[in-house]
Amino acid sequence: MIRATDLKKHFRVHKRPPGFASAMKSLFHRRYETVKAVDGVSFTIQRGERVGFLGPNGAGKTTTLKVLSGLLHPTSGVVEVEGHTPYRRETKLLEAITLVMGQKSQLIWDLPPAETYAMNRAVFDVPKPQFEATLKELTELLDLGPLLDKPTRQLSLGERMKCELAAALLHQPTTLFLDEPTIGLDVAMQVAIRDFVRSYNQRHEATVLLTSHYMDDVVALCPRIIVIDQGVLVHDGDLRALIKTMDPDKRVSFTLTTPVSDDDIAKLGTLVSREGQRVSLKVSEAEIPSVVGHLLGPLRAADLAIEDPPLEDVLRVMFGKTKAAAT
Amino acid sequence: MSATRTLRALPTLLRIGVAETVAYRGEFLVWILTTTLPLVMLGLWTSVAEQGDFQGYSSSAFVAYYLANLIVRNLTGSWVAWQISEEIRLGAMSMRLLRPLHPYVAFAASHLAAVPFRSVVVLPVALALLLSSGASALATEPVQLALVAPSLVLAWLITFNVMFMIGSIGFFVTKTMALLNLYFGLFSLLSGYLLPIPLLPATIRWFAEWLPFRSMLSAPVELMTVELSAAQAGWILAGQGAWAIVTFALALLVWNRGVKRFEAVGG
Repeated sequence: MIRATDLKKHFRVHKRPPGFASAMKSLFHRRYETVKAVDGVSFTIQRGERVGFLGPNGAGKTTTLKVLSGLLHPTSGVVEVEGHTPYRRETKLLEAITLVMGQKSQLIWDLPPAETYAMNRAVFDVPKPQFEATLKELTELLDLGPLLDKPTRQLSLGERMKCELAAALLHQPTTLFLDEPTIGLDVAMQVAIRDFVRSYNQRHEATVLLTSHYMDDVVALCPRIIVIDQGVLVHDGDLRALIKTMDPDKRVSFTLTTPVSDDDIAKLGTLVSREGQRVSLKVSEAEIPSVVGHLLGPLRAADLAIEDPPLEDVLRVMFGKTKAAAT
Repeated sequence: MSATRTLRALPTLLRIGVAETVAYRGEFLVWILTTTLPLVMLGLWTSVAEQGDFQGYSSSAFVAYYLANLIVRNLTGSWVAWQISEEIRLGAMSMRLLRPLHPYVAFAASHLAAVPFRSVVVLPVALALLLSSGASALATEPVQLALVAPSLVLAWLITFNVMFMIGSIGFFVTKTMALLNLYFGLFSLLSGYLLPIPLLPATIRWFAEWLPFRSMLSAPVELMTVELSAAQAGWILAGQGAWAIVTFALALLVWNRGVKRFEAVGG
């Protein structure tokens, strides 16, 4: 279980305008500013939950993950992960968690990933049969075979990320902090990673806290999302409920088979986009039956799809509101 | 992480340390050759002593001193401060902190693994020269010579501790390059690296004797090249033991204080 109560992490940051004069001035007089990266966030995540942690750049997501994984000492507040205070970095906690950061590597740069895996086995004291079985499974699933003996520095970003993920899971942690785990991966590999994380979560009853700029990752994996903006929690709950609250209208997409003007289409709902004959409309839930009837009847539209609004759009609206409230 | 688990992990850590050391063959060779300053000093001082003994040092005494110096430096040198400082500055320390192994042990293992390779070229040459040209100036007392090995271990430990401490100061000041330059200046002067401590002016010699630098290099060199009484040899080793404990405590103190300030930049 993960619990954060009124978690705050503030940084003291040296501010300096660009230019030679200010560089010289900063030698004698420095101006500091306190940045409230996380400012009073509280949440509880039960064992086995998969939670998406969302927010714009600089919202405090990664800082929170670093506090939860024990890398940062909180400025104030109480944090507990699997019954441990993370910043104490007790062995039991470190064996139970993992942190994958898309922008940081745990692989030994000059050696092949197999060497990092061997080191992790030794350091985490993983029994050899368990290590070999896990590595075999990860190698098959992530298609690591050709990569294991190649120096890490010669791997592409996508290849490296696959190897990073394997390195992070070899000790079979029960809490996964995943910070942009699919960054740099092609679509097929993104899907494979999502499937793998879901299956890992189910098999090990592992808790997953995921941040990703790919909303597809979040939608596919996380029934619950926590949204943080400017260090403050702005939503914690069901993903569908959030979408419904922020934007209750549905997206109706279809392909026209006969010429229809934009004005006529606009009578059915708010026009979101039109690319040639492919049209997307925003329609309230109550009007869906009549709009669909009209589209399939007189307009003879094809390839009809009714979906929730994209999470990106919902979040854009949400973050816009937070910003407006702050100014 | 318990001591038994650390011991179980040690062979793998040492093996990986070796693999890292030899990953770049060209750089590895150049790196081996960078610790040859004592050979330069050897040339300088032997030419000074050609006209006759200099403050009690004969030409062969200088040869013995600087070759022993070269051997000790190669076996006990440490660069962990650079590694720690860079890992803090660039945020790479984060991944190290997520492993249930104290970074002190992890860095120590990788440094120990490099020692044999660091010495593979220089050590045989230095030993051969020492035994041929400087043999007459070597210590002969077997008990004293037996103390050279533990003295080298302690010198390695003190040097590693001091460098670990300097690297950990990076948690407070981010960049420690200037501090390292200051350290290396003091080390060169006060450890006997540039010239034997007895040749230093009295005031500077006092500092050399009361600071840890002598224990980091001069102590094993003295055990190899100066005829000492059993008590003198014992005091040298006891001094090294004390400095090993003090520097270890200081290194961990600075690390523990510093890691609380770690900002885990990037990611």
